[in-house]
Amino acid sequence: MLVSMTINGQEHSHDVEPRLLLVHYIRENAELHGTHWGCDTSNCGICVVLMDGEPIKSCTTLAAMADGHEIITVEGLEAADGTLDPIQQGFHEMHGLHCGFCTPGMMVTGRWLIDKHPNPTQMTDHEIRDAISGGLCRCTGYNNIVKAIRWAAAYEADAAGRS
Amino acid sequence: MDLSVHTQPQYPLGGEERHTLAMQTPAPCEYSRATSVDDAIGQLEALNGNARILAGGHSLIPMMKLRLANPGHLIDINPLEPELNYIRQEGNEIRIGAMTRHRDMLESDLLERTFPHIFAEAEAVLADPVVRNRGTIGGSLCQSDPAEDLSGVVVALKGVAVLRGPGGAERLVEMDEFHVGPYMTAVGDTEMLTEVRFPIQPGHGSAHEKVERRAGDFAIVAASAVLSIQGGVIKSAGVACSAVGPTTMHIERAEKALVGQAPSEQLFAEAGKMASEDCSPSNDGRGPADYKRHVAGVLTTRALSRAAATALR
Repeated sequence: MLVSMTINGQEHSHDVEPRLLLVHYIRENAELHGTHWGCDTSNCGICVVLMDGEPIKSCTTLAAMADGHEIITVEGLEAADGTLDPIQQGFHEMHGLHCGFCTPGMMVTGRWLIDKHPNPTQMTDHEIRDAISGGLCRCTGYNNIVKAIRWAAAYEADAAGRS
Repeated sequence: MDLSVHTQPQYPLGGEERHTLAMQTPAPCEYSRATSVDDAIGQLEALNGNARILAGGHSLIPMMKLRLANPGHLIDINPLEPELNYIRQEGNEIRIGAMTRHRDMLESDLLERTFPHIFAEAEAVLADPVVRNRGTIGGSLCQSDPAEDLSGVVVALKGVAVLRGPGGAERLVEMDEFHVGPYMTAVGDTEMLTEVRFPIQPGHGSAHEKVERRAGDFAIVAASAVLSIQGGVIKSAGVACSAVGPTTMHIERAEKALVGQAPSEQLFAEAGKMASEDCSPSNDGRGPADYKRHVAGVLTTRALSRAAATALR
């Protein structure tokens, strides 16, 4: 069947099997390898992408279900000129990764948390940890991921204050 | 540079090749979108039962990967979300549309006001926020997983499922009849769950207790308790336990023992003992049966105590 969707602002259209999972469509049809493919059971949260602004697990969504929708992957976070999104910069500043396997899902989920939170600089540790509880990291113990998300929230508040 | 992902044979692979790549992908199936509830039912009819309704997909797609569900055709009802995602009061009932997502129930002021605090408590520990963005009440009930939290809530609240069939025919099914067995429901091949209705009781208090191995996991044991207390007397009660039997366990003996009594810790301890005796857990990776039996009793007592405190507040 023909499936069309916008990924990071770009139109993609492919003839695929209805059973094709969105994570494989993104990686193999759209050839965007930033989104990782992990447990395949919706437990690990590595494959999280935004669909119409909401994070979803792309291993548990058919490409067909995303037909006509707007997808943002980790590649879509950075600005057109290559400037890192504050959430990406935050993972760099706070050493929010070690092996990097869970990082795309953590960044996309963190971006969503900051965007939907009414007061991102006041986020509690519990709120951040709850938001990323659908993602598994086996390297960091999560402390640096929490710090990275907090760094991004503070950086954006600062930037907003300066402008 | 050899990027194996580019040189991989055409995806997706089925049969034996699937095993060599350790790839989890559903078996081949067809896919269509529904344009209305009646269109979905019409498609079910035309496909003669060889089809499943696809809502959030967070139960059905994993089941298809495991080959525990092998529908020849998926009918996607996500386009019906505007029609089927709602939480509203009608007369003395709360009605929740089948496509209402877990997140909507977690964040609903109407549910929290009407049924404090069972929906908020159960939804907060059901899977994780990302899964809750997609999963629906209809999917949860139709999956009929005996360890799933929301099913326990619906049983304890005496929810009634609205099933629509060919020609717009609707029938109402209580939860005791709805859950036929593990992963089996009363929903017919050409029927679709469209709504769940909950009676509103004055003096309501409710709670959901869960013990799990890690955040967002299925329960080792969970207990859902609902009380309606008027004039210092329990007028109605609902008790359900999850993950301790072939279906969500409806602890009717405890409900009967509670109704007509004044709430007390001793009464709730007795009700917990009944839950412990009447459930039928099995030994598995989440623990031995006698442990789960014990936990079911403790959680039922705790949930009832907290439900009473809320009702009497």
